[in-house]
Amino acid sequence: MIQTASLDLRDPATFPSRRVEAWKYSDLRKYLREAPSPSPSAPVPVAGGGPFEALGGEAMVFVNGRAVGADTRMVCGEQTLRLRLISKASGTGHSVSARVAARAGARVLLLETHEGEGAAYVAHTRLDIDIAHDAEVTRIVLVDEPEDALSVTQARVKVEPGARYRQTIVATGARLQRLETEVAHHARGADVRLDGLYALSGDRHADLTSIVTHMAADGQTSQLTKGVVRGTARGVFQGKIVVERGADGTDARMGHHALILSDRGEIDAKPELIIYADDVQCAHGNTVGTLDESALFYMQQRGLSAEEARALLTRAFLVEVVDRIEHEGAREEVRAWLMARS
Amino acid sequence: MLKINNLHVSVADTPILKGLTLDVPAGEVHAIMGPNGAGKSTLGYALSGRPGYEATEGAITWRGEDLLDLDPAERAAKGVFLSFQYPIEIPGVPALTFVRTALNAQKRARGEEEVSAPEFLKAVKAASKALRMDFDMLKRPLNVGFSGGEKKRMEILQMALLEPSLLILDETDSGLDIDALRIVAEGVNALRGPERSMLVITHYQRLLDYIQPDKVHVLAAGRIVASGGPELAHQLEAEGYDRYVGEAA
Repeated sequence: MIQTASLDLRDPATFPSRRVEAWKYSDLRKYLREAPSPSPSAPVPVAGGGPFEALGGEAMVFVNGRAVGADTRMVCGEQTLRLRLISKASGTGHSVSARVAARAGARVLLLETHEGEGAAYVAHTRLDIDIAHDAEVTRIVLVDEPEDALSVTQARVKVEPGARYRQTIVATGARLQRLETEVAHHARGADVRLDGLYALSGDRHADLTSIVTHMAADGQTSQLTKGVVRGTARGVFQGKIVVERGADGTDARMGHHALILSDRGEIDAKPELIIYADDVQCAHGNTVGTLDESALFYMQQRGLSAEEARALLTRAFLVEVVDRIEHEGAREEVRAWLMARS
Repeated sequence: MLKINNLHVSVADTPILKGLTLDVPAGEVHAIMGPNGAGKSTLGYALSGRPGYEATEGAITWRGEDLLDLDPAERAAKGVFLSFQYPIEIPGVPALTFVRTALNAQKRARGEEEVSAPEFLKAVKAASKALRMDFDMLKRPLNVGFSGGEKKRMEILQMALLEPSLLILDETDSGLDIDALRIVAEGVNALRGPERSMLVITHYQRLLDYIQPDKVHVLAAGRIVASGGPELAHQLEAEGYDRYVGEAA
């Protein structure tokens, strides 16, 4: 468990402070001491289907925490779901609880967008994803929130034997923005890819935290997170992979690579591998650096301004994560979305 | 015309160039030869404005304009091109995208119209064919996984597309076998013209059999210590640099 008591916006006793180890770098209590007033209901958007509109499928929409239709979906066969989490609140708080279950053999493209249109709101999202054996879920998350919002998204994913889970989170930060993913990996041929990127400027904060527990033998996990911070922004990566006793044949790889592009930007990275099994292949790599000076000079020598050279190198650095998205249409939408924001 | 007058350049407070004076008239190709550590690469970097290569004294003017006041991109837009001894790998940026971005950045800086995608593609196809380069290679990230020879051809390709007026070739022959050297030299020779000036920096005379210079200068201990015609290169090849190293010290 990432956190012992689950977060409940009505109960300040559940707001973690940095004294809770898992929240050391994202001190929610610093910004939130009292329970926020509940967000009012807001009109459902009639025009526009969100950032992934072009990919069609069915929409699951929440506005200020209220489900416009169903909050649970069971999928058989092939389905594209656009999970739109819209916040139109100012200074108030709301929670969403949603569930997506992929039945055996199903293929789900879950396109999740956090569309923050208000100001200084508090949003909490709890998402349960169950993936039955031989099913596949691809979850792509775009988070676009105002700089003064607080938002915590907690996804619990159950991956049954032989299932596939693919996740890519793209975060642009807020006053505090945290995306947790907790994967119960039942292995036996199941395959998990858990990617993320953060591109932060100003005073924004984004936290990508994950814990994957390999509970049985022969499971794979591959994780690549990349980030860039500018200004006084702060990026947090906490990745934990636990290989339980008996989970032999586990293949787990984790990488986190970040660039600090300003004097006062900050990155906190905590990669952890906890291994109780004997016969496993596990590796992790973590680098934090800055743009390569010789590459910048080379590009300027060919005529690019210093600013253009930095932008091109930065995008090229981040886009590796986007390139790992297998669904072509989704990949191109994410690429365009990111280019407009980095 | 390129005029370098009494140029002093320091790197991390260590003087490397110590009063270098050199004129390269328009349309001429001049070779700079010299022993290791003489300051040959420093000269290339000083001309192109690399940060950390600080001109403490002297002047560089190109076509009457003071280059030392300009940043590297502004110099590039004025026609300065440095072919790197070790071209840099740029992961994630396809070679084609890079060259087109560079060309359009230069055009914008000069107030010219940007090149359209079809026009650019046509130019790239012609230039890559002349250099016997595989067009598909240009879709790959710039220089990533390219062999030494491919990287050098990529430099010449960029030169052909960017059409600079002051070409500085830093040890372009290093890492090239004889066939690649011939192709690269052909590419450079195709760019010779009455409006272009070239500085060919090299340790060995071999490259100058293919790119024939109008003048040869010997750079030792941060200064030009001898100048002459092409025959000077042959003399250096036969006698080595010892004499000049002794003289400069």
